[in-house]
Amino acid sequence: MLLLQSALVQSALVQAALGALPAARPTWNLALPGQLLGALGPDLLLAGGAVLLLLVAVARPESDRHQRAVGWASLGLVGLTIVAVVAYASRGALATEGPIAVDTFRWAVDIVVLIGTGCTIALSMESNPLDGILTAESHVLVLFSAAGMLLLAAARDLILVFLGIELMSVAVYILSGLDRRSERSAEAALKYFLLGAFSTGFLLYGIALVYGATGSTNLATIGEHVARYSLMYNPMLVAGVALLLIGFSFKVAAVPFHMWAPDVYEGAPTPITAFMAAAVKVAAFAAFLRIWLDAFPTVAYQWHNAIWLLAVLTMLVGNVVALRQRNLKRMLAYSSIAHAGYLLVTVVVANSLGASAFLFYLVAYTLATMGAFAVVIALGEPGERNQEIADYAGLWTVEPWLAAAMAVFMMALLGFPIAGGMGFFAKWYVIDAAIHAPHPQTVLAVILVLASVISCGYYLGVVLTMFMKPRPANAPAVRPVPTGTFLVIYLSAFTLLLFGVLPNGFVQLAHDSVPISMVGAPARAPVASAASR
Amino acid sequence: MLAESIALSALLFVIGVVGVLTRRNAIIVFMCVELMLNAVNLTFIAFGRVYGYGAQAIVIFVMTVAAAEAAVGLAIVIAIFRHRQTVDLDSINLLKG
Amino acid sequence: MKAYVPVLLLIVFVIANAVMIIGLSHLLTRRRPTPEKQTPYESGVPPLGDARERFSIKFSMVAMLFIIFDIETVFMIPWGVAYRELSCGVPLVHGGCPTGQLSFFGLSEMLVFIGILFAGYVYVWKKGALQWD
Repeated sequence: MLLLQSALVQSALVQAALGALPAARPTWNLALPGQLLGALGPDLLLAGGAVLLLLVAVARPESDRHQRAVGWASLGLVGLTIVAVVAYASRGALATEGPIAVDTFRWAVDIVVLIGTGCTIALSMESNPLDGILTAESHVLVLFSAAGMLLLAAARDLILVFLGIELMSVAVYILSGLDRRSERSAEAALKYFLLGAFSTGFLLYGIALVYGATGSTNLATIGEHVARYSLMYNPMLVAGVALLLIGFSFKVAAVPFHMWAPDVYEGAPTPITAFMAAAVKVAAFAAFLRIWLDAFPTVAYQWHNAIWLLAVLTMLVGNVVALRQRNLKRMLAYSSIAHAGYLLVTVVVANSLGASAFLFYLVAYTLATMGAFAVVIALGEPGERNQEIADYAGLWTVEPWLAAAMAVFMMALLGFPIAGGMGFFAKWYVIDAAIHAPHPQTVLAVILVLASVISCGYYLGVVLTMFMKPRPANAPAVRPVPTGTFLVIYLSAFTLLLFGVLPNGFVQLAHDSVPISMVGAPARAPVASAASR
Repeated sequence: MLAESIALSALLFVIGVVGVLTRRNAIIVFMCVELMLNAVNLTFIAFGRVYGYGAQAIVIFVMTVAAAEAAVGLAIVIAIFRHRQTVDLDSINLLKG
Repeated sequence: MKAYVPVLLLIVFVIANAVMIIGLSHLLTRRRPTPEKQTPYESGVPPLGDARERFSIKFSMVAMLFIIFDIETVFMIPWGVAYRELSCGVPLVHGGCPTGQLSFFGLSEMLVFIGILFAGYVYVWKKGALQWD
């Protein structure tokens, strides 16, 4: 986390310095194979390292010790990749065209995804053995999935988006069925797999139709052709965009395409649930936003109502159903659906303000989700027990720090000021972006606030249960929290609070990270003026 | 020629979708998903006649992904069969939405 | 539509042919069933057991591995077709590479690809998935 901060600060400084210089930034020419590989550096590092670790993982028979060793090595690889991403980001090199994006948006999403990945590995390393899962490959699968996510963050070509989504999803299908002795886990895997593959079909057919209508899979070219040949109302393009929208709605679990999410989240091993709720959603959303802003800015207006409705439904249904949940894991699943709705608001806004609110939200959401699931893991008993909200009664009296950290995560997810840290500002900027959009989304902002008020019901419910209710006499003793889980919980809470107190630098970063290639004139103008200053 | 190919692939895709929504056997549902992917392949090939061979390269990627999905999917189906001795989706309902 | 006439003719011919063969054998032959004749035809070998036999789950493992490794080779064909272009640093001149412009890009790409494939193979092997028992 500290690494991230210094990295972000450093990249901001370098960017500021570069902005002050009249000289153009270095650029990648992606038409040259060597430069293309160079621009994919962090992705290749992660993927290549994962292949090597796969061989390491299989070199010895399954044991807890070996599993932990591979887990630590995987963490090291994730750390190295973060360093590489930061190095690339601080070089500030850009690529304006080609199949992959080299811009700050990509690096920002990469870092969020990698933090989620690191947390997942740290958590599963310590919680898997409790459920009798000793396969070292599970960490490698997380890495493969993360490689897919990095590709998604970079993709500026629909085929790469497809490959990234598949690389990410196929690994997660396996991971959700990781607990081979658990019937629930197998069932979650089957459901996730069937619905995931189904949505892939939609996504792919959408890609095919968009390709048919515009003659390209490159996002920039698609956008250009749509504008030049006025394809906005071309039936094939309309159908293609609709199918893409359905496919992505499945992937990010937006209502009404969310049916699979609670079941899958409940059945999968808890660290994997955290991974799905945080990293997978982040990466899918990042690709979605990029496609939307890069390829279909001219179509966005026409689809405004559809996405608007999707956002409203997702916010309301997610929150209302979450109110009824008694199981914390399931409650967090529905809450993550609701958060997909908040993120969809930034897609409705579809401009640079929305994109920077989106990035800020991703960081806060990932940290809070990871932290909350880490607490669930720390208190969970083998066999996915002790996960009811009632089991948290009186936690304050036995584990005050754990209870306080959980309270921070709940407040952050709720968007409560001060105690919620970054969560409050995250929501604030989304609302701000909605209100200051070219077509002000005041109604949407009001609904967002209303949905947040509904979410008080369950987030504060958990807090009240922990602090106000007496601890039942037969409650199981809390196990000592293992190191990795400990670090995930308290570093997340600390970072959330820290940036809740000092959000300015971070906001500036999120703002600076808005891709130049995205969004036509309005976003380009300030960047150009900054460069000429 | 293009219109016919696209109509055919659209028809195949719809058959796949209807199959996924109506059939209850996990394997058959999965076969319908594969049908959807192959319908898309046909679409790409058809467009390849208009836009050049790039589309055919896409088909190879789609086939690869479909194969990977098939392998993982069958493994998952076997895993669930070991638990329940059935692959009927209606009887797989431990987790309720 | 004219292009489809031969296809239509073929379909008509195939159906007519099938109907003719079955119909003629129905009309011309006399039915004298014997137990020998009633058994399913298995290329002349006496049939063994029921056709709806359950196969060992091990076959599915082999099938899965086959699918994966089989599909990978598909990539080698387009690679082979494009190899000339890939092994040249600049666009080809008259179908050949200008002297001094050869590059190892194409070759190294395939080596990396095969390397990854090989890593998968080693994994499968070490995992014991290739062992029948």
